[in-house]
Amino acid sequence: MKPRSFSWIRLWALVKKEFIHIVRDPRSLAMAFLMPLILLFLFGYAITMDIKTLKLAVYDQDKSAASRHYAEGFPASGYFSVVATAENYAGVRALLDEGRAHLALVIPPHFARDLEQGRSARVQVLADGSDANTATIALGYAEAVTGRFSAAQQDSKVELAVDNRLRVWYNPELKSRLFIIPGLIAVIMTAITALLTSLTVSREWESGTMEQLIATPVRPIELFLGKMAPYFVIGVLDVLFSVAMGVWVFDVPLRGSFLFLLGVTAMFLVGGLSLGIMVSTIAKSQLVASQLAMVVTFLPAFLLSGFLYSIDNMPRFLQAVTHVVQARYFVEVLKNIFLKASPPAFVAGDLVFLGLFAVAVFAVALGKFRKRLA
Amino acid sequence: MSTDHAVEVRDLTRRFGDFVAVDRVSLNVETGQVFGFLGPNGAGKSTTIRMLCGLLLPSSGAGRVAGFEIMTESETIKRHIRYMSQKFSLYDDLSVEENIDFFAGIYNVPRARRRERKDWVLDMAGLADKRDSLTRSLAGGWKQRLALGCAVLHEPPILFLDEPTSGVDPLSRRQFWDLIAQMAQRGTTVFVTTHYMEEAEYCDELALISRGRMIARGKPAELKNAIPEDILEIRVERQSEALEQLEDSGLVKEVALFGDTLHAVVEDAEAASAAVGDFLAGRGLAATAVTRVRPSMEDVFVSLVELEDRRSREGAPA
Repeated sequence: MKPRSFSWIRLWALVKKEFIHIVRDPRSLAMAFLMPLILLFLFGYAITMDIKTLKLAVYDQDKSAASRHYAEGFPASGYFSVVATAENYAGVRALLDEGRAHLALVIPPHFARDLEQGRSARVQVLADGSDANTATIALGYAEAVTGRFSAAQQDSKVELAVDNRLRVWYNPELKSRLFIIPGLIAVIMTAITALLTSLTVSREWESGTMEQLIATPVRPIELFLGKMAPYFVIGVLDVLFSVAMGVWVFDVPLRGSFLFLLGVTAMFLVGGLSLGIMVSTIAKSQLVASQLAMVVTFLPAFLLSGFLYSIDNMPRFLQAVTHVVQARYFVEVLKNIFLKASPPAFVAGDLVFLGLFAVAVFAVALGKFRKRLA
Repeated sequence: MSTDHAVEVRDLTRRFGDFVAVDRVSLNVETGQVFGFLGPNGAGKSTTIRMLCGLLLPSSGAGRVAGFEIMTESETIKRHIRYMSQKFSLYDDLSVEENIDFFAGIYNVPRARRRERKDWVLDMAGLADKRDSLTRSLAGGWKQRLALGCAVLHEPPILFLDEPTSGVDPLSRRQFWDLIAQMAQRGTTVFVTTHYMEEAEYCDELALISRGRMIARGKPAELKNAIPEDILEIRVERQSEALEQLEDSGLVKEVALFGDTLHAVVEDAEAASAAVGDFLAGRGLAATAVTRVRPSMEDVFVSLVELEDRRSREGAPA
């Protein structure tokens, strides 16, 4: 027996022991499997960025055939429903103030006359900017409706210089859930994996069994791998269940390779589980460990992974920070597998970072762990 | 360094901040001995044993355990020793057999011998018919024997036991010490801490520790002769009243409750026994018996701590 040699026998003893801990604790086991699905279900429905019908108020000062025709273009587009008509600006203001309308369309007098005389007619669109996201989208739609109206007016006279026809790839209907669900799976799994292992080392410190373990010839690497093995299995199952839910409950197509999905999941899990182990070696109480695990995983994953907020739009400093957010790479790769199905080489950069993250965190956890009490 | 010493340390010291938990402890433990480390709770026993097992790095001092340096070779030491911590530390949610299997794996017990060793442990601990019970459900004495069994699965050369009998009923404690004696017969060196003074009798060699300092060491019989004073056992009705009166009487150096009697430390038993009897009778506390007894380990301990205190008071600058 060489002094510092790795022992498969010891590792196997540890793996078996950890599995027994898990199956003897049905509550934690149920949580490990149900939590990701419940979170996915709740967030999947809560976070949807599609705006279906915008409430529109119309204040038509012209009351001509042309103005009516123009205003009708809004509900006809399918994006607006006219909820009220106003007879003065006070009425418009009241509708926006009370939130009964997202958007108000004001058609000035002489709208029809201006059009007839070939002058450009002006209209005013007022938007409730307190929800900037909705307002921006609403204004975009309004512009589109107006554009279509002017094009129709000009049709007989001039041809359009540029006929702009848009086609969106990968997600042709721009349904936000198509990109939210894959990202969400990545974010939720980031939090779950770290949480799973964050308790395992601190639990042994709390119960006193760690004192016994570190007095044995066991090597930290054996200890860590033994602790990660059963949670790795749980993690793989969690990802598969989540993907199944994405496909069957949320109707997200899975276009990429299933094997590739498994491989990436494995890489991701090694990093995530190592992070939990690292947290657990720093915090010796279970309470602190679980809180720390949530803080270092969930928040960064939610805000800095590019899952909801585009990394390209972040300040430089934050963009730099996102490089150490593991979820960023998993979000990217999962979106790719779900929606694009491009070959692994296209996300090679993300894969490299996922791998680096796993190795680095595992190494730090190993370096931090001491087989001593103080 | 001689090789027949399983443990050999000099000036072992451990500080936690300003607090000196272990203060310049030096000791040798011969191979094959049962070495008892005696002292009250908080005396520094656990800290010492943890340093010997490589779980705590000493603040200063040097030494060897199983022939390896405690400062630099703690991981090698861990392969030659077994340690049973003070807190019961097997896995509660594993069955008796699963715990044994786990430690057999951790200690690399050869597969061929596992079955035999497991049966031996189950038999030794009296757990043969409870092998499938969850460890959580076992009574204290059984748990301790199982923990000992897991520790000695592979017949280690040195066994460190930290308060193995703490919180266990007297009969189980007795059985446990029988097991320790068996281990020693097979050639295992046993280093055991306890705060039960009467358990000193089971040890080949003793060290007494108080407030981090080793105050005496030797064989149990030697230590009992080490105190120059005699011990009087006083049987009396109202013990606490008699205790107060005697403390102020000037007749005894030290007096303490000892079970349902009082033990008094006196210079000369012959002279003092009559004086004490008269003194108590004069205060209406007539003693039914005043007899000279062999000092118990507790008497020795109390008297040695007293001596040590006096020395350090005299030695300390005013």
